[in-house]
Amino acid sequence: MLLTALCASPLLWGPTPEARADAYAGMDPEQKGLAIAQEADKRDTGFVDMTADMRMVLKNRHGESSERQMRMRTKEVSGDGDMSLSVFDTPHDVKGTAMLTHSHALEADDQWMYLPALKRVKRIASRNKSGPFMGSEFAFEDLGSQEVEKYAYKWLRDEELDGHPTHVVERYPKYDYSGYTRQVAWMDKGMMQPLKVDYYDRKNDLLKTQTFSGYNQYLDQFWRPNRMYMINHQTHKSTELSWSNYQFRVGLKERDFDRSGLKRAR
Amino acid sequence: MNRRHLRFFAALSAAVFPLTSAAADALSTGAWSGYAAADARLFPEAGLYTDQRQAFVGFSAQPEYYTAWDGDNQSLTVTGFARLDLQDETRSHLDLRELVWRITRDDWQLKAGISRVFWGVTESRHLVDVINQTDAVEGLDGEDKLGQAMANLALYSDWGTLNLFWLPDFRERTFPGEEGRLRPALPVDMAQARYQSAAGRHHQDFAARWTHAFDIDALEAGLDVGVSHFQGTSRTPGYVAFVDDGGRITLAPYYDQISQTGLDLQLTTDAWLWKLEAITQDAKTADRHTEAVGGFEYTFVGVMESDADVGLISEYLFDDRGDSSPQPFDNDVMIGARVTLNDVQSTEFIVGGIVDLESHSTVLSVEGSRRIGESWKLSIEGRAYANIDAADPLYPWRREHVLSIEMARYF
Repeated sequence: MLLTALCASPLLWGPTPEARADAYAGMDPEQKGLAIAQEADKRDTGFVDMTADMRMVLKNRHGESSERQMRMRTKEVSGDGDMSLSVFDTPHDVKGTAMLTHSHALEADDQWMYLPALKRVKRIASRNKSGPFMGSEFAFEDLGSQEVEKYAYKWLRDEELDGHPTHVVERYPKYDYSGYTRQVAWMDKGMMQPLKVDYYDRKNDLLKTQTFSGYNQYLDQFWRPNRMYMINHQTHKSTELSWSNYQFRVGLKERDFDRSGLKRAR
Repeated sequence: MNRRHLRFFAALSAAVFPLTSAAADALSTGAWSGYAAADARLFPEAGLYTDQRQAFVGFSAQPEYYTAWDGDNQSLTVTGFARLDLQDETRSHLDLRELVWRITRDDWQLKAGISRVFWGVTESRHLVDVINQTDAVEGLDGEDKLGQAMANLALYSDWGTLNLFWLPDFRERTFPGEEGRLRPALPVDMAQARYQSAAGRHHQDFAARWTHAFDIDALEAGLDVGVSHFQGTSRTPGYVAFVDDGGRITLAPYYDQISQTGLDLQLTTDAWLWKLEAITQDAKTADRHTEAVGGFEYTFVGVMESDADVGLISEYLFDDRGDSSPQPFDNDVMIGARVTLNDVQSTEFIVGGIVDLESHSTVLSVEGSRRIGESWKLSIEGRAYANIDAADPLYPWRREHVLSIEMARYF
């Protein structure tokens, strides 16, 4: 309700969705898809750094659930993918395990893992972007920083999703080893953030649907969801991510995101 | 007490009080974690020596306390370890794995106390990893380490990280008892440990290590480099035989003074990891020698349309002392596979073998683990020995096939 009210307020948005729609006039669907992605990226640029807590609930087809908790830190990198550090608090046997990612637009990400039991930092092969993150329905590539250059785009149509005006944009991963042939994203015209994404597997069958809800705006600019829900249509397993305690511009340093920073992250 | 004393105490308490109250605050916000476990070790074959048992049941626990303050820039970590072995009492032991204070600033970090450090990249052997003593009565892979007293200063720069270590107190390697398995042919009496240095275990050891991560754009690869040097008491003992009070021939561990320079490299590109570890070591009572381990790990992701990854690993192990080396892997090849199911229970296992290219002496190994429920973890570890040559240092272990099963509760 609040979200709808906010989205309708032109004061918060600068140009109204209608005015911006004109900016896309005369573009072909590919150009328009790219322009929408660039606009979304532009709106989300400048957050500098961010920390948040994440709770993950995994459910199998019988409804049995399993939980993970972690803390995430992200630092914006201009001209390249962001750097992020995730530290696990549960399950207890992986407590203190930390994963450092330097994401890149087109090359494979650089990824290191810190294993506290051995005090060992391991650099891991990062081709596996399509693999599941901690046994969940989220792949590494679903959670990585979404750089514009990672996809080719095509605008499909505008439509309302649960009362929100959206751009429906199809995107095609450029990364050779992506688990997907394409994704269809419903971008809220006001926030320029996704409300829903359908993921199609390598055989182009519908694999998963991700929905985003509970968006809040931070620093009068950046929208972040409190909840992401991913359902796998083929296995009927699901994963819910609950985000809390978002903080921006907390003064994270580049040093916190190098190999040595991994060992003291906990 | 005169006035000057009073002033001194006033100043002291003014200085100490905020410290103690900060420490008290920190302690109250700290957190406990760790595990408690029960395990069984089964040896299908009888040992070579009388009184050696075939089944061992034990319990272990590793509680850890961590607290941080100063915006996470300072912390205190305390990690204890206890092992109770119901059959081999020499395996029962306590260790302070960590008791360490850390302070981190922009360009440096200092750690002081008892801590653990890991260096290196390869799978089959850990050559450059020389700071901590191996807790040899624990896991079969030699990756369990005793706590080491140290002051460790890390200096961060755009040219990488330089770690400097002062290691003031030596820890002796642990050994199984006479009824235990995986022991040398003769009993080892730890109380008789001898040192090349007159300072004994109080010899002051020093080490330095520089590490850096490079991007190699031409290969679309990342390169992690470590160069290290260690000067001090060897963590790996030699042995001297002596006749004990009971008239039996017994071994005393002998710790030489060594100077060891090490290099470790990992090139990561696409699905390949290329790894190398090499050391050159000069000892007071032995000639300079060189050892190396190098190879690759290639990972197939999502095999057979599952979530599982399979990594194929192969490494070559070299020691220029050849057959006269006290360790068995002088001209050997390791081949193995790492299977990661990427399931909710984080199931993973690694199977492999190391074969001597000349004698064909073979060590087979399996390690696996799986989470049970939210807080339990089942781990297995196994070793088997085949074709062990009579000249191989592993010859006394030719019947020491072993399967270890551990169930741990994490908190």
